[in-house]
Amino acid sequence: MLVSEAVLEHVHEDVHKTQPWNNPDAVPYIRFENVTKKFGDFYAVDDVSLDIYRHELFALLGGSGCGKTTLLRMLAGFEEPTSGKIYIDGVDMAGVPAYERPTNMMFQSYALFPHMSVEQNVAFGLVQDGVSRSEIKELVAEMLGLVQMSKFAKRKPHQLSGGQRQRVALARSLVKRPKVLLLDEPLGALDKKLREQTQFELVNIQEKVGTTFVMVTHDQEEAMTMASRIAVMNEGVINQIGTPFELYEYPNSRYTANFLGQVNLIEGVLVDDDEKYAVIKSEEAGCDIYIDHAVQGHQSMTFWVALRPERLRITKQAPSETKYNCVSGKVEEIGYLGGISTYHVRLESGKRIKVTEPNSTRQIEPRYTWEDPVWVSWEAGAASVLNK
Amino acid sequence: MSSDKLTIKQRFDRWMIKHGRVLVIGIPYFWLFLFFLVPFLIVLKISFSVAEYAQPPYTPLFEWIDEGIAITLNFGNYLFLLSDSLYATAYLNSIRIAAISTIITLLIGYPMAYGIARAQGSMRSVLLMLVILPFWTSFLIRVYAWIGILDREGLINAFLLWAGIISEPLIMRQTEFAVYVGIVYTYLPFMILPLYSTLEKMDVSLVEAALDLGCKPWQAFAKITLPLSMPGILAGSLLVFIPAVGEFVIPELLGGPNTLMIGRTLWNEFFANRDWPIASAVAIAMLIFLVVPIMWFQHIQTKQEEGQQ
Repeated sequence: MLVSEAVLEHVHEDVHKTQPWNNPDAVPYIRFENVTKKFGDFYAVDDVSLDIYRHELFALLGGSGCGKTTLLRMLAGFEEPTSGKIYIDGVDMAGVPAYERPTNMMFQSYALFPHMSVEQNVAFGLVQDGVSRSEIKELVAEMLGLVQMSKFAKRKPHQLSGGQRQRVALARSLVKRPKVLLLDEPLGALDKKLREQTQFELVNIQEKVGTTFVMVTHDQEEAMTMASRIAVMNEGVINQIGTPFELYEYPNSRYTANFLGQVNLIEGVLVDDDEKYAVIKSEEAGCDIYIDHAVQGHQSMTFWVALRPERLRITKQAPSETKYNCVSGKVEEIGYLGGISTYHVRLESGKRIKVTEPNSTRQIEPRYTWEDPVWVSWEAGAASVLNK
Repeated sequence: MSSDKLTIKQRFDRWMIKHGRVLVIGIPYFWLFLFFLVPFLIVLKISFSVAEYAQPPYTPLFEWIDEGIAITLNFGNYLFLLSDSLYATAYLNSIRIAAISTIITLLIGYPMAYGIARAQGSMRSVLLMLVILPFWTSFLIRVYAWIGILDREGLINAFLLWAGIISEPLIMRQTEFAVYVGIVYTYLPFMILPLYSTLEKMDVSLVEAALDLGCKPWQAFAKITLPLSMPGILAGSLLVFIPAVGEFVIPELLGGPNTLMIGRTLWNEFFANRDWPIASAVAIAMLIFLVVPIMWFQHIQTKQEEGQQ
């Protein structure tokens, strides 16, 4: 692919240990084999194959209706695949009902039983398995301690706040020590501050208990903070799988580039290429773009150059070298966010480009104002080149 | 001050802001006073009088004697209810028949309500419509239809005889069985609708969570669905039980002479014996029997509402 092999090779020495997906000998813990799920004529999941390894915190990321939740529900046993196979720890899950699967799920709505106390909710699965009363008491107390809810053991769910309910739901789904914990939008119902705090707690708990987590989310920030790897889904298929780093730095498509973080996409055609460089002529940007690595493709083929806003420089004076990677325009919108500022620059070609700049020093007055003529430029290594 | 210049409309608006609340709340209370409390007090009054051949056929409760009001309270009617075992039997019989009918209605209605609540969008409204549809024809006509079905020469017997399953027609009409059929048939929608509304509101993921935590489907039903639908079960049961206790038309048309129910006894006292005071006493006693479950129901409902808050 467009991700240069060399980049991945020198990442780490013991990659096989921390990154089992890069170890050809590693045995996947969860395996989707050509799984398809149809609802009527609609393909919710279309021929998905996916390997998830033990102890991973794997995120399925995508917009609504992309099939991520269906994939999770098939793993839990609430839906049966129309075709294809699902294995957990080597066991074919076909025909295994939800109540016999080694998975537990944390529901988006938390699905706490309203007629039971916090304690009874957490104990529910253990009671169901016929665990002895003293053992249940011990396990429930331990789990409530882990999620810091011991004080609220006797309360009913409606007496708890959203964040507290989320903790109880987590405790309830973890107490049976499932092989795989499934999380459906685990932080979706929390407000922003609480969400950020809970993200790290969830990762800490995952490290403590060592369970394999598979989560579904539409929030790219949540996925990037928490997940070891992310599968970006769109219209029932997986667009790209990778670590947050790989997905952000080396997106394989405009969809992934757009979904993870912000990006300026500039269309152009390949006019010159070599083993070491490539030049893309873009009418949309009104300049030639110089890339410091080779691209796979032939001359006059259309490409999209993906430029992250934070990799762009904005200056009042023209840079010394203006042959490549340099465009001029006018500041159209300014967003002052405190830590960073964002500028929307209208190029002469009519294209709008977003630039973000850290406010690393204190300013007496804003650096740029509306209608200021500016230059936007970037390094040869800043762009990634996409062909779809 | 400027109050002289207020238009009539402004004055009216100010008056409404001050007293509108009382007015709005007052209307239903006035309605209840006029059409519930006043008739109740009249019946209560008659129940304390003595029957006589006159117009109206009972002695007055209040009389002017020597420039004072003499109140003659006659507890004889109530004592009579206690002394004659007919009334106790009728009450107990009514409660027994109503209770058994309620249980049968619940057993039939629950799966139906569950099915409707879990049906897909358009199918659900069709099914709900089918439940409500019978209300559009007269209740009396529907009960008469059952006579045609259950009669000695009715549809069921005709079919069974034709099919050769029986050689003698079954006696179904004028039995307690026919009364159960009538009550269950008539009151089924009152069971289904409240059950449907609680089941429909229930989050399906609760059942999924129970399955996920190791429950087989029937265990998930027993531990989650059933306890959470309790308010619906109670509401439905009371909506069937209370009117079934006082039911008159169904035992009269479908029941036999042995089906003694309080509604029929009341009717007989009133129209056959023309003993208004006894009839009134029967009615008051029945009301007391029914008020207790109604109050219990209200108590549970308020508790449930508090729980939701």
